[in-house]
Amino acid sequence: MATVLPPPTKRARREAQQPNETNVIPEDLPFVQVAFRAADTGQVLAGGMHLVPGSSTVKQLELLLNGLLGSTDDPIPYTFSLVGGSSPVAINSDIYSDILRPKHRSTEDVLTLEYVPQAIFRVKSVSRCTATMSGHGGTILSMAFSPKNGTRLVTGSGDGTARMWDTDMGTPVAIMRGHEKWVLCVAWSPDATVLATGSMDCSVRLWDIKSGNQIGSAMKGHSKWVTSLAFEPLHLLGDRKGMRLASTSKDGTLRIWDVATRANNQTLSGHTACVTSARWGGMGVIYSCSQDKTIKVWDARGSVITLLKTLNAHAHWVNFVALSTDFVIKTGGFDPFVKGEVVSDDADALRRSSRARFLKASTQNGMTIERVVTASDDQTMYLWNPFPKGVVEESSMNVKPVARMVGHQKPINHVAFSADGRLLASCSFDNSVKLWDGQSGAFLTTLRGHVAAVYMCSWSADSRLLATGSKDCTVKVWDVRNGKLYMDLPGHKDEVYAIEWSSDGKVVASGGRDKTVKIWKH
Amino acid sequence: MPQNEYIEEHIKKHGRRLDHEERKRKREARESHRISKDAQRLTGFRAKMFAKKRHAEKIEMRKKIKQHEKATVNTTTSTPDDPDGLPTYLLDRQNTNQAKALSTSIKQKRMEKAAKFAVPLPKVRGISEEEMFKVVKTGKSKRKSWKRMITKHTFVGEGFTRRPVKFERIIRPSALRQKKANVTHPELGVTVHLPILSVKKNPQNPLYTQLGVLTKGTIIEVNVSELGLVTAGGKVVWGKYAQVTNEPDRDGCVNAVLLV
Repeated sequence: MATVLPPPTKRARREAQQPNETNVIPEDLPFVQVAFRAADTGQVLAGGMHLVPGSSTVKQLELLLNGLLGSTDDPIPYTFSLVGGSSPVAINSDIYSDILRPKHRSTEDVLTLEYVPQAIFRVKSVSRCTATMSGHGGTILSMAFSPKNGTRLVTGSGDGTARMWDTDMGTPVAIMRGHEKWVLCVAWSPDATVLATGSMDCSVRLWDIKSGNQIGSAMKGHSKWVTSLAFEPLHLLGDRKGMRLASTSKDGTLRIWDVATRANNQTLSGHTACVTSARWGGMGVIYSCSQDKTIKVWDARGSVITLLKTLNAHAHWVNFVALSTDFVIKTGGFDPFVKGEVVSDDADALRRSSRARFLKASTQNGMTIERVVTASDDQTMYLWNPFPKGVVEESSMNVKPVARMVGHQKPINHVAFSADGRLLASCSFDNSVKLWDGQSGAFLTTLRGHVAAVYMCSWSADSRLLATGSKDCTVKVWDVRNGKLYMDLPGHKDEVYAIEWSSDGKVVASGGRDKTVKIWKH
Repeated sequence: MPQNEYIEEHIKKHGRRLDHEERKRKREARESHRISKDAQRLTGFRAKMFAKKRHAEKIEMRKKIKQHEKATVNTTTSTPDDPDGLPTYLLDRQNTNQAKALSTSIKQKRMEKAAKFAVPLPKVRGISEEEMFKVVKTGKSKRKSWKRMITKHTFVGEGFTRRPVKFERIIRPSALRQKKANVTHPELGVTVHLPILSVKKNPQNPLYTQLGVLTKGTIIEVNVSELGLVTAGGKVVWGKYAQVTNEPDRDGCVNAVLLV
């Protein structure tokens, strides 16, 4: 019963035979004046205007810019976009076909081009399902890749177990039994030695990564289910032995646990409703968001954690909090893209490396800047820069949001910074994903394609691709540069609840209501 | 536009009278006075019918009020009872449980070939032509009898117009036409009033399929878009087949069961 399309009309056929004129660049194209502007600092490159041929391609502009910046030995790829108009125009192939021919500017004008450095490595998009791993007896509720690489994956399920999988082989490695009810959240410690799971049975349990055995007994204390887990970033430990873990719960509290002794160090009560999510920032600060519409900032630099400030702006539940440094904090000391160097398991080396990586990712104009974004049921998001001076202190703290991001038409469930912190993706129940500028919070584009609520998204490590999982049973991969659908990955038989792109970019894992974990690779 | 909708057609062409809205408002404002008068004055059978109607309305209203009260109460504390688990971000949300939750077991069953062709009602009672058609006598002295009228409920498509009297051999009475069916989802046990899209097959006779006759066992296509079902490929399911489970001409409505 397939519908047969009507044959093309005579005019359409004739037009199809005409030579495609889109790629023809005229011979007599004059030179144009170009000024380069850095996207992050907004400073125009010294030397002002440069005369370049009107037919210059992105590659040629890249060559020129690398020469001007003095990085010809180790060239960095850049993307260029024309600014000055109402919205920036991306240059995808060359100046003529992207700017002059669509008449954004004439050859007489000065073209101000904003340049953004790209990751040197490139993550290939996943395109096929290499393994469908069944075993869980319940819905897959959460998943996390090892911070080291994409070979180890842990999933938490509604059957009360967490399972570790080998994604190369597509086989189970360990089954972690212990919880009596659903395993709602899982988290790897950033040095990849310990695994934590939080459950519906109000307990948090720790597991040994190598054997999959439980470490000690369950950590009880919460009176309602555990909603999220956050390990202390590795670089904050310094010489201290014990790592700390924060767990948030439906009962409105955060509990801080010592990973080594499994003792409940402290209970942070202050929220009056369910704490939905928390992040342990790289500046030694915990950000927690709650259904009582507030975001609380806790000072966790000392051994006793105190409340710094409460951020009020949202008009409904705050669902999710994300940091611009999430990627480096999650991967800790492991840099998935250093080639030829075996990542050392030595604890000191890892801490040093994580410190260097965090500083590299967060330094802006000589200051450590960590931006925070919160997504809410009031259909808006707020971008915060709580410590604009780069130091954690109450006096200079900025409790006003940098930007309010509006546009979604239903509650926003999940928001994520790209690995380089330049972009933001937000997933909403209105079936759309929106992209925003990570610095200013400006709206960039909407990714449409899902036909049901989008539950979660995950960025590739090079920030060029975005994977989303949705209620409509599909995983979709989007090309961020042009805002188009890159790959549609059907296969799940029911809603996709959890999705994650591994830190080395090679594997995407997804799981959901159909009780199977799917592994997607290039 | 179908023939019988002449009032709508007139309104479309000429609009309503200018004071229509005001008259309507006034009539509605007087409504309670009229009801009160009726309640006091009516006697006999009419009073009985009136009381019955009122009683039903009041029950409906009480139910609605109760529902509203329930919606305003904060029921966040109860733990969800989904057997397979829900992620944290869906835990506190009102369960927008449209008939979406097809469990995987049903889907696996669908994959099995045997289940594919099995319908809930495999056998139907045969209906003779005499029972299906009533002969309509025509002509000045009613001597001609080439015209037939269908005695069963039918589904005619959107925008159907009857043919001229001379050429119309089979009449489908407009009083027996059905546009919607009460469709039950067998696994979820929910019943939804859904628009019929087409008659796929009437097991009695291919001619009846063509005419859109609805009898017990007929396979109809219904519009399930409000159920929010999604295929494995991520597309919204639009039309789905269902089998009629009652004799519509006995009940005056079409009840059907969804084929999953």
